[in-house]
Amino acid sequence: MKKSLLTCVFLLLSSLSLPTAAQRIKGSDTVLPLTQALSEMFMKSHPSAMLTVTGGGSGVGISALMDGTTDLAMASRRIKFSEKMKMKQARHTPCEVVAAYDALAVIVHPSNPVKQLTREQLEAIYRGKITNWREVGGPDARIVVYSRETSSGTYEFFKESVLKNKNYMAGVLSMPATGAIIQSVRQTRGAIGYVGLAYLNPYVKALAVSYDGGRHYVLPSVKTAMARQYPVVRPLYYYYDKANEALVRPFLDFVASPAGQKKTLELGFIPR
Amino acid sequence: MKKWIDRIARWVFTVSGFTTSVVILLIIGFLFTEAAGLFRNPIVEEGYVLALNPKNPVKELSAEQIKQLFDEDITNWKEVGGPDLPVRVFRLEDLDQLYTEEQLGAEYEFAGAKIAEQVQQSPGIVAFVPDVLVQEAPGVRCLPDRTIPLKDVLLGAEWYPTATPSPIFGILPLVSGTIWVSFFAILIALPFGLAVSIYLAEIAPEKVHKLFKPVIELLGGIPSVVYGFFGLAVIVPLLQQTFGLPVGESGLAGSIVLAIMALPTIITVAEDAMRNCPRTMREASLALGATRWQTIYKVVIPFSITGITSGVVLGIGRAIGETMAVLMVTGNAAILPSSILEPLRTIPATIAAELGEAPAGGAHYQALFLLGVILFFITLFINSCVEFVSARNKFKR
Repeated sequence: MKKSLLTCVFLLLSSLSLPTAAQRIKGSDTVLPLTQALSEMFMKSHPSAMLTVTGGGSGVGISALMDGTTDLAMASRRIKFSEKMKMKQARHTPCEVVAAYDALAVIVHPSNPVKQLTREQLEAIYRGKITNWREVGGPDARIVVYSRETSSGTYEFFKESVLKNKNYMAGVLSMPATGAIIQSVRQTRGAIGYVGLAYLNPYVKALAVSYDGGRHYVLPSVKTAMARQYPVVRPLYYYYDKANEALVRPFLDFVASPAGQKKTLELGFIPR
Repeated sequence: MKKWIDRIARWVFTVSGFTTSVVILLIIGFLFTEAAGLFRNPIVEEGYVLALNPKNPVKELSAEQIKQLFDEDITNWKEVGGPDLPVRVFRLEDLDQLYTEEQLGAEYEFAGAKIAEQVQQSPGIVAFVPDVLVQEAPGVRCLPDRTIPLKDVLLGAEWYPTATPSPIFGILPLVSGTIWVSFFAILIALPFGLAVSIYLAEIAPEKVHKLFKPVIELLGGIPSVVYGFFGLAVIVPLLQQTFGLPVGESGLAGSIVLAIMALPTIITVAEDAMRNCPRTMREASLALGATRWQTIYKVVIPFSITGITSGVVLGIGRAIGETMAVLMVTGNAAILPSSILEPLRTIPATIAAELGEAPAGGAHYQALFLLGVILFFITLFINSCVEFVSARNKFKR
């Protein structure tokens, strides 16, 4: 009895004396693989550090930061104005760090002669205003539009960046995973879809995209994305509370270090 | 001693029976209460309002109209019964592009005033903002909000669960998608299933039977996601080529995958039922001069009809509730299907794909529970139909 009480006291004390090393990281599933790999490397080089990384989505991570149940929130989108307002009202100051960038490639069937599209054309295709490839300089064939499920962060980002927050048309085919989009686009002649840059393969053709009304078309690649030429690029963020900065700083510094950035590139993300 | 064992056994059975029933009833109750919550939600997202300029006389907007306004499909107030004025859409997120952080204040205490300023300046504005910010602001008219009408949900033909400011929960495309896929699945599975079970029970030599039965039972043990991937990689391109379709992901692909998945259940149960037909009945029929085929369809099938129907019901049950395989091959487009060769979206696929990201307790979450309730009623209806049919058959015999 006495022994167990002693152990209890000891455990309590030890947990009190070591709070600086334990960190909780929560949020976007897009950033999750990156953070997991980086935190494993970080824990190897800093044996005293203890990082727990969990997913759940960008919104979940940011609301956990608000409740103080996480030290670092991962997000595949920028903090919303309404979220920032709530945090400020609760006397927290959210600080933002870009972890890496992620580019989205628009893909079509390899036999499709169309090489490039403007943002306006993409918007019209995804909103059902353009339904035939002929209208954008292709063959006379129906456009089959593939998208991700509503729960995906990629869906949200594409909606925000390409559709300017308007809704997709009702007839859009929503696939449960990026792999399924690749598979479908590969076997459907009139298909168009979007995937993360890391998923591009020779079985599908990536399109050059223009965000300035057709003056400059840029093909997606790590190089063009890093040079900020390719437009469909989203930053991936880490958010933390200003008061908590000392705790999370070592890990964020590690992410920014050459070793961390090299790993980022290896995982198919674009280093900042 | 024996008496005690007897008593304990009885007690154990009674308790387990009661607890199971109570738990099931509680689950159904939970499902219904969550689903009913949907109709207490306002059309515009909770905690937000649509603010208009006081000069704008528009009194009411439906969810459909709000979506079209924010999609810029409606660009003039004339189209929704207002004056001839161009629409200007304003979202809270636009605020930090119009003003600097300093202008909004350290804790955004001036945000409400700035929104009011925007609303007053442009007569054609519709602003989607939190209600706390504009409640006391002068010169801002908040559009009165209603709760989501039952009719828009049950008869609505559009499913936009994540549209802002006002999500649209029309379940008609999903319900019809589920019914189409399941109906065609059964249409395909039934003849094949019955043929195979008759062959196995009546015609196949013992050796073939010993080989076939375990193989078919093995089919039932394959995870559904494997069937889904098989469907996406094999059946979808096959359909595309055979029918010359622009897109292979279709209701028919889903039906075929589901039919393959329902086959083992139908075959196993129907075959067992036919095997249970007493030898004396078969022999009596043959002795009266009936051929083998006459014996099968006049004696064996009528005798085992209850078993066959229960096999079919179990098969349908699997088809209607199946999620993963359907999610991968039907294309999941939430439109009212006009033919089985078009993409469609089923209820289970919708629940599986969307529940992960729907905030607990929100309108989207409750709408998914409502879909669960609808699925429950579809299954209940089919079960009672079959009960009715098999009860009538028994009576005749």
